[in-house]
Amino acid sequence: MVIARIKPIEEILGFISGKKSVLVVGCAGCTAVCLAGGQREVDSLIVDLKDNKGVIFDGYTMERQCEMEFVAELDHLIDGFQAVLSMACGAGVQFVAERFPGMPVFPALDTVFVGANREVGQYQENCRCCGDCQLAYTGGICPVALCAKGIYNGPCGGSRNGKCEVDEKTACAWCQIYERLKDQGRLDQIMNIKKPMKWKNQTQGTLVQRGYEKFQQD
Amino acid sequence: MKSGSNLEKVLNSGKFAVTAELGPPKGADPGVIKAKAGLLKGFVDSVNITDNQTAVVRMSSLSACALVSAGGFDPVMQMVTRDRNRIALQSDVLGAVSLGIKNILCLSGDHQCFGNQPYSKGVYDIDSIQLISTLKRMRDEKKLLDSDDTLTGDIGIFIGAASTPFSEPVEYRPLRLKKKIDAGADFIQTQCIYDIELFKKFMERVVDLGLHEKCHILAGVTPLKSARMAVYMNTRVPGVIVPEKLISRMEGARKGKGSEEGIAICCELIEELRQIDGVRGVHIMAIEWEQAVGDIVKKTGLFPRPKIRG
Repeated sequence: MVIARIKPIEEILGFISGKKSVLVVGCAGCTAVCLAGGQREVDSLIVDLKDNKGVIFDGYTMERQCEMEFVAELDHLIDGFQAVLSMACGAGVQFVAERFPGMPVFPALDTVFVGANREVGQYQENCRCCGDCQLAYTGGICPVALCAKGIYNGPCGGSRNGKCEVDEKTACAWCQIYERLKDQGRLDQIMNIKKPMKWKNQTQGTLVQRGYEKFQQD
Repeated sequence: MKSGSNLEKVLNSGKFAVTAELGPPKGADPGVIKAKAGLLKGFVDSVNITDNQTAVVRMSSLSACALVSAGGFDPVMQMVTRDRNRIALQSDVLGAVSLGIKNILCLSGDHQCFGNQPYSKGVYDIDSIQLISTLKRMRDEKKLLDSDDTLTGDIGIFIGAASTPFSEPVEYRPLRLKKKIDAGADFIQTQCIYDIELFKKFMERVVDLGLHEKCHILAGVTPLKSARMAVYMNTRVPGVIVPEKLISRMEGARKGKGSEEGIAICCELIEELRQIDGVRGVHIMAIEWEQAVGDIVKKTGLFPRPKIRG
């Protein structure tokens, strides 16, 4: 899922400075699951912001801000507010902003990565959305997301005690890849030179799944 | 000859090669380069110019190479993949060759978080092994990556790569070295070696794989200045192991005599490295201590350096 964390309260207060009424919009998708932007966090952000006297706050949490049919639920709620604080990921914030082009929509969260739930409240980055999944030859461990240099023919010379040179608490992804492939008897996967990546995520991405072309709008 | 560089000539002649490292200044003064190069003159076959090492911004390797080249040196331009994408890397290779730079060492580079620009965006469009194969393609086929257009001019490059024999997974290091040689590395400079016994084991594996016949391996050495430096290298620098007995020797050095002992140790290491099958030279990385190089080269009988014609 998409992992996000709340921005510093001072930064959020800066966004809404001078606004008299603010709608805080939660998302019950990824950011709710990662404890950053669901109904509970909407309530708690409103409590934190209410020290800001004289401003009216209200909250509303929808199923997902990255689907227009849910965003449309705001159509009858938004009148009278001077700003929206979205607690979705960057995609959700932009969908809300697109739906209401005359309304200032501010992000209350920083979207940090695509990752997985390691422990309650603890998340780990796993994917950089490179558009050309490498996991088949790396034993299911991503060199793009988990190697600090994102190299394809690792490990570099910086591994120390199996840890990455940038942080002695972080495992060296390439050491892990080596050990896993060795255990699986698949070291041949990393004996040949992996050629330079043909980056496919360097232009604005759009995707139409096979079979859905006929629904594509101009 | 792939490049006609002095380093290539010396190595091809079978003579034991000597290279040293020169770090460009944190500034624009060419005088610093000239002064440092002056300390190395006559003592080395080739001088490595580092590329923003430890991710600290310095004068570019390319321009420092041009400066030492004008001073009569054969530079090894170090090139890291941290800061430039494949467009800039290939462009700078063409520029370097046009300026008479013939040796290029391909590295991934220290991560940007270590330097004085910790908030920069790391590039790593390609990695060091992919850079080696890119250079080989440019030289042998006169083509850029993913392009069939023919490049103009002679593109002679003696392609270098690094090896860190003692970083994990240690058993994979000779195989990763093989990948670099398969990619096109002509010479290898290793991370600094203090543990001769461990390095011998590494080289035995390298020789078993026949890699020493496919490229020239130069063992890296770094003279120690103090016991503190020895401990730091041993505990903080990835891939560097300083045996306890060498740390004790540095601790036992009389006050003010640490660097003398460090040079003595370095000379002993070079003597031992010369005896190891497959080692074709030594790369002296005297960090901000270029004065030490002449001393070491003279004391190990590696002076004068061979002059090879043709």
